[in-house]
Amino acid sequence: MGYTFGIKELNAIEEALRHNLIDVGVNCVVLIDMAGNVIAEIDNGETKHDIYSLAALAAGNFGAVSAMAQIVGEDEFSLLFHKGDKECLHFSKIMTDLLLITIFGHDLSLGFLRLKVAETTKMIENILQS
Amino acid sequence: MPFIDLKKRVAQVKIVYYGPGRGGKTTNLEYIYSKFSDRMQTEMVSIKTQGDRTLFFDFLPVDMGKIAGFDVRVQLYTVPGQVKYNATRKVVLRGVDGLVFVADSLEATRKKNILSLKNLHENLASYDISIFDIPLVLQYNKRDLAQQGIPLLSVETLEKDLNSNLKVPSFEASALVGTNVVATLKKIITMTMASIESQLK
Repeated sequence: MGYTFGIKELNAIEEALRHNLIDVGVNCVVLIDMAGNVIAEIDNGETKHDIYSLAALAAGNFGAVSAMAQIVGEDEFSLLFHKGDKECLHFSKIMTDLLLITIFGHDLSLGFLRLKVAETTKMIENILQS
Repeated sequence: MPFIDLKKRVAQVKIVYYGPGRGGKTTNLEYIYSKFSDRMQTEMVSIKTQGDRTLFFDFLPVDMGKIAGFDVRVQLYTVPGQVKYNATRKVVLRGVDGLVFVADSLEATRKKNILSLKNLHENLASYDISIFDIPLVLQYNKRDLAQQGIPLLSVETLEKDLNSNLKVPSFEASALVGTNVVATLKKIITMTMASIESQLK
């Protein structure tokens, strides 16, 4: 059974991603499902990443980490963070089946990013539940 | 489950190559990549061990053009075939829309084929998917080895072992040479698209 998002929902999600994340300095943000499908992607116009491969790897990675969580008695680890020299990756689960991937540089602090991701997550949940 | 983007009119479909270890799943994708790389925007992604065995999965996105007014992007995945990697096989199966089961025709791997198909059945059931409902194609790989005098299972034996209940389309193939690799792919894409077509209307 497949699923669809309406144009209105997608516009609202993209607006939330742009306003909350890209406009504050995030380089690229991708919303995917746990099967690795890309639902929405926005960037600052300067980055050029292979979003589809990233989505497949992120979904697999998140699934593997969830399986690890269960082995150590946790339901899940709902967020992941990878730090690089230039770019950092932040993954945050939204509801049961979505994952928000944020790519950002060192000019943005992790604490501030987490705050903005939490706000965005709430907005997306509201959009999808309304 | 496919994701259908009504805004950009794009449908994303996930097809997984399953089967016993060293059966030729990755070789299928490598052949497809070598054949159609000019049509692909990205490179094939492989997560392998040092010994060149698939550790997690291979990933290859293929643009199929327009179907019912939607740009269709088929995402091909393989799973690691080795028995010990079942947790990662389950992760890769999440959201699957269509399956190719790559069976190894070598006589010595008869039992491994049967166990791998049983494992697929169980892993699909953990996602509430019946192996009888999902689009599935069987591929009997390594048929070219018969020319070198290597003992192979007969197609009748493979059909009896693997397809007597499923009764799905099957292909004799050689992933290394390329025989019926594209035919297998075309068949599973056709079957998968037919199963989601009603959702595109």
